[in-house]
Amino acid sequence: MRDATLVEAINAALARAMQEDERVLVLGEDVGKDGGVFRATDGLLARFGPARVFDTPVAEAAIAGMSVGLAAQGFCPVAEIQFMGFAYAAIDQLLNHAARLRTRTRGRLSCPMVLRTPCGAGVHAPEHHSESGEACFTNIPGLRVVVPSSPRRGYGLLLAAIRDSDPVVFLEPTRLYRAVREPVADDGTSLPLDRCITLREGGDVTLVGWGGVVPEMLAAAERLAAEGTQADVIDVATLVPLDAETILASVAGTGRCVICHEAPLTGGFGAEIAARLAGPGLFSLLAPVERVTGWDTIVPLSRLERHYLPGVERILAAARRSLRHG
Amino acid sequence: MSTSRVAEFDVVLTRYLDIDGAPLGPLPAFAADAADLVPLYRALIRTRTFDAKAVALQRTGRLGTFASSLGQEAVGVGAASAMAADDVLVPSFRDQAAQLWRGVTPVELLLYWGGDERGSDFAGPRGDFPISVPVASHVPHAAGVALALKLRNEARAVLCIIGDGATSKGDFYEALNIAGAWQLPLVVLVNNNQWAISVRREAQSAAQTLAQKAIAAGVPGEQVDGNDVITVHDTVANAIARARAGEGTSLIEALTYRLSDHTTADDARRYRGDAEVSLHWHGEPVARLRQYLVGQGAWSRDDEEHALADAADEMERATEAYLAMAPQPVSAMFDHLFATLPVSLRSERDEAMGGEAGHA
Repeated sequence: MRDATLVEAINAALARAMQEDERVLVLGEDVGKDGGVFRATDGLLARFGPARVFDTPVAEAAIAGMSVGLAAQGFCPVAEIQFMGFAYAAIDQLLNHAARLRTRTRGRLSCPMVLRTPCGAGVHAPEHHSESGEACFTNIPGLRVVVPSSPRRGYGLLLAAIRDSDPVVFLEPTRLYRAVREPVADDGTSLPLDRCITLREGGDVTLVGWGGVVPEMLAAAERLAAEGTQADVIDVATLVPLDAETILASVAGTGRCVICHEAPLTGGFGAEIAARLAGPGLFSLLAPVERVTGWDTIVPLSRLERHYLPGVERILAAARRSLRHG
Repeated sequence: MSTSRVAEFDVVLTRYLDIDGAPLGPLPAFAADAADLVPLYRALIRTRTFDAKAVALQRTGRLGTFASSLGQEAVGVGAASAMAADDVLVPSFRDQAAQLWRGVTPVELLLYWGGDERGSDFAGPRGDFPISVPVASHVPHAAGVALALKLRNEARAVLCIIGDGATSKGDFYEALNIAGAWQLPLVVLVNNNQWAISVRREAQSAAQTLAQKAIAAGVPGEQVDGNDVITVHDTVANAIARARAGEGTSLIEALTYRLSDHTTADDARRYRGDAEVSLHWHGEPVARLRQYLVGQGAWSRDDEEHALADAADEMERATEAYLAMAPQPVSAMFDHLFATLPVSLRSERDEAMGGEAGHA
């Protein structure tokens, strides 16, 4: 047990997975000697050697596409795309090939690969480095989409993603990489890939979200508690497959739900959760579903960044609006 | 100022038989005895017969859209026959010639083109990829497979077949570039049939040859007469031997001509004249090898009739078997999506199955 940041926990999970299974490979831009631009792969080349860790040329489609070939041959490639803005070049490979290889060969070939990429704003990064594009992946059948929001969950979810038999897109919130330290037991224990994670139980209002906004939801819950309102806080963690039951069960108790994510509102994955609430969850609702998200704008450059990110105040305002009903 | 020549390149074109099947010089060792070429000839006929059958089935509503390989049979037959059984084929959508040689059955091919995924779950070369419908995006897969073979220190090679149109795409170059940098055991074979649907070769690229695209990736590139199965086989065999020996990647551009429409959904008369197509019937691969074999006394009119009848009979039986196969249960959409169906998909599966729970 040691205190670790999210990026250190990611690194520990990668090392653990490589140690326990020699089929696990790491490839991507600058993942070798440089250890990745965020240092997520730091030390892996030295420890596991150049037959397990590959510095690729700058070629995102090939990084994803070669992972498909490696996976079909029985390896478990973990590909790193340097920033989310560059991951879109790999979507063709994920959508047309990785996600459907098992289906189109009726299981003769499969694709146990992980594509990791940092996501989200909040670190004053250059243009194209701050996107939250999870909804581009959540509408791709055959793909799992996972977003950790703490060091422990980063460790357990990444291990599960690497051990999974099918392709997983693993989105790591950049602003959480070094935001906090917490004790992480590097004991190889994974977390389930089909469960939301309830971080706080309150019973008055449900706050549900993923990634960079999760600490904001927890801070909002603290503030609400000071006002005498107890919130359920749910980290969705695995967007696909979605554990709607946990969310619906929470809202069955609270009757109120605030959905939070950093990605833009329209067509964001929060809309899927809202739709579930409007369907099987409708008669639980005491108030309109609230969504607190990034604006439907291009993520601004750093000077306006904090005005884009949904934060505690907006979450609180939404929760209070919700509480005024019924 | 000072200038100096820092690199020099050339691109060679190889051909053993002229367009009338006359040898242009000594043939490679494998072709020394004309009788040894008979299996290749039979495979050319088999492919052409399969294609004709598939087109006929499509025209009569019993098959979906289909891409014939008419006129390009020697590319697939020549290349696949140069592979070992444990090499890996990563084909595109017009590569039934190679797939048939490798052991994918006509029934499986018809199943696929008839709209049934089980056609890509072929019993034959289990490690081969299914065809790629998207253009060029399978070249990175081939590079990935080649990396896997190299990591396991296996003396095996990967053959990836693409069309001329695919060489316009980034995936082609990205994969070739990495394969060159990492000396992967990969052979990329371009079936240059002169047409990317309606766009002729000259309009696709200012490059004088497609083979020279290898030069930018630092790998050997050469042209072969793609209608001469002897040349295709020999050149691919040499490239595979280099790959197995750890000498890296090669690009081979096979010059041929698409005598058919792009697919059964295409009407090539909208963009090219009959005269051009007629011209290219002279020198097509089946007649070319037949003329050589007949000239060598290795093939007779009788042999021809029997071979055609055998192929027709095989395709007739394959058609019957294909048409007799019941569709998959509706649940199959769900049952191969993941290794284990996520809980969240169970209710969708149940709903999709509706009244046919018996198939569960």
